[in-house]
Amino acid sequence: MLSYILRKLGVIIPTFFGVTLVAFVFIRLLPGDPVLLMAGERGMSDERHAAMMAEFGYDKPILVQYGIYLKDLFSGDFGTSIITKQPVLKEFFTLFPATMELSVVAIFIAVAVGLPAGMIAATKRRSFFDHAVMTGALTGYSMPIFWWGLLLIIFFSGILGWTPVSGRISLLYYFEPVTGFMLIDSLLSGQAGAFRSALSHLILPSVVLATIPLAVIARQTRSAMLEVLSMDYVRTAKAKGLGHGRVIGMHALRNAMIPVITVIGLQVGVLFAGAILTETIFSWPGIGKWMVDSIFRRDYPSVQGGLLLIAAMVMIVNLVVDVLYGFINPQIRHTD
Amino acid sequence: MDEVLATQEIDQQPSGRVALLKEFWAYFSENKGAVAGLFFFVGIIIIAIFADFIAPHHPNEQFREALLQPPFWQSGGDLRFLLGTDAVGRDMLSRLIHGARFSLFIGCIVVSISLMVGVILGLMAGYFRGKIDTFIMRIMDVVLAFPSLLLALVLVAILGPSLINAMIAIAVVQQPHYVRLTRAAVMSEMTKDYVTASRIIGVKTLRLMFVTILPNCMAPLIVQAALSFSTAILDAAALGFLGMGAQPPAPEWGTMLAEAREFILRAWWVVTFPGVAILTTVLAINVMGDGLRDALDPKLKRS
Repeated sequence: MLSYILRKLGVIIPTFFGVTLVAFVFIRLLPGDPVLLMAGERGMSDERHAAMMAEFGYDKPILVQYGIYLKDLFSGDFGTSIITKQPVLKEFFTLFPATMELSVVAIFIAVAVGLPAGMIAATKRRSFFDHAVMTGALTGYSMPIFWWGLLLIIFFSGILGWTPVSGRISLLYYFEPVTGFMLIDSLLSGQAGAFRSALSHLILPSVVLATIPLAVIARQTRSAMLEVLSMDYVRTAKAKGLGHGRVIGMHALRNAMIPVITVIGLQVGVLFAGAILTETIFSWPGIGKWMVDSIFRRDYPSVQGGLLLIAAMVMIVNLVVDVLYGFINPQIRHTD
Repeated sequence: MDEVLATQEIDQQPSGRVALLKEFWAYFSENKGAVAGLFFFVGIIIIAIFADFIAPHHPNEQFREALLQPPFWQSGGDLRFLLGTDAVGRDMLSRLIHGARFSLFIGCIVVSISLMVGVILGLMAGYFRGKIDTFIMRIMDVVLAFPSLLLALVLVAILGPSLINAMIAIAVVQQPHYVRLTRAAVMSEMTKDYVTASRIIGVKTLRLMFVTILPNCMAPLIVQAALSFSTAILDAAALGFLGMGAQPPAPEWGTMLAEAREFILRAWWVVTFPGVAILTTVLAINVMGDGLRDALDPKLKRS
């Protein structure tokens, strides 16, 4: 097991340096003067420009610049936002809980609906339910989620007036963040109606973000289940007289879960991509909206830092999923 | 030389190819949804080609007297504008029809670029192995470490927002999937006897790579091409929606949605129709891709 983890680390560490290289090169590839891009000032005097060149280290050879960049990263300096003048790392972790809360709820919805739907579809193969689930899953998988979000806003906010259009909670409520998860914090605050407000803000964006993972999980569960159900040990279990529910629930599901768990893990990158669109539509103050806003405001240090932090996040989650996967399925850690 | 003669002989037997195609069609047509998807897709291609003749108006012509007119079946609708007009009085239907051109164009270009480069890199990695393989695959790992849409956004920020740059960015992001697929397929082909035999009789490296091995790796690549065609359309629409793809007044579906956003609570049709166009096109291609996979993947073929 240890050698398996080490092998995975052996792949992830060079990849991480590759990612830092991309983030480093990003600023230097942007058209325009790097100092003006990084400082965000206009009408700078020549002396100040030269001083800034030296301050950012742009007068040094490119490899030295990269070395300095790496050194800064490892001492926790991910750059400073041009707009807010705050450290990028601090901004990131202020906004991260919002994206995290949205993603966790989305994954919860996707698993809670997708898993049983895929299972039932597999056990009732070629039934009406099976066709409905597969059609729904394919539609969800093909969904332009930014449009889906707008449709839900038209229906639930516009026509029915049930849910608010944007933000995380009504402005009527204010409390200090404890966990950063609005659902939990609103409960902890003890203010009447706060939880309801937080939930009504969260529900549409999380459904939108859940759509594609849900479709993928339902499809994957169904096909994994179908494969397992055709295996000899399942027939044996049936033959020795085990009940239908026990065969499906205990014997088949356990092995069908292995590919499904990997797929759930792989959805993390997809979730981040989805969060960019979902957060933009619902003005959800998270990482995705922050990245889009930073790009439009030409706050390039924030884009650079965010790019690196998000990639690092995705890589860590994928590593954890890989290790878990090797833990569940010994075949994996002994091959490749 | 013998090998050359042998391939020529195979080439001269059209019946072999026809039989293969027939077998493929037999499997493919079993999936009714896939056939429906194919017809829908062909329909969109025809609409895109003949957009100038089919569209009732020019996509950018503004009818100042008919701003935000609803579709014809609603009160206040006009038969001149079957699906209504947008905020500056352009005919929705004409814009949607012309938008099909953008989507198909995006799909074709993105798939061609990423397929071509991906196949070459994947072939090199799988054929030569060793340092070249490690180098190529590490780069692909780096690309895959970023969420695709984020990387595409950042690439467009570097290149400048335009349709061409959005397509390049999406092609870069999709690249690794082709590389991985080709590499895996090449590696499994390399162990087979016909490759060893060809090598022994002295077939040159390039010929071995592109003529002998590559055709046997095509099945997964065709399926991937179909699926990434739809992903390309979705991603380009998303970039257009974020203002980083095709720029207004281009009637690209995602860009149309971005322009329509402020009217969502007043004029449902300007928001609904472009999305329906994206969804149905992507869905048709995905259904078709599923059918392709079932028909081409020997593992899933009903024995």
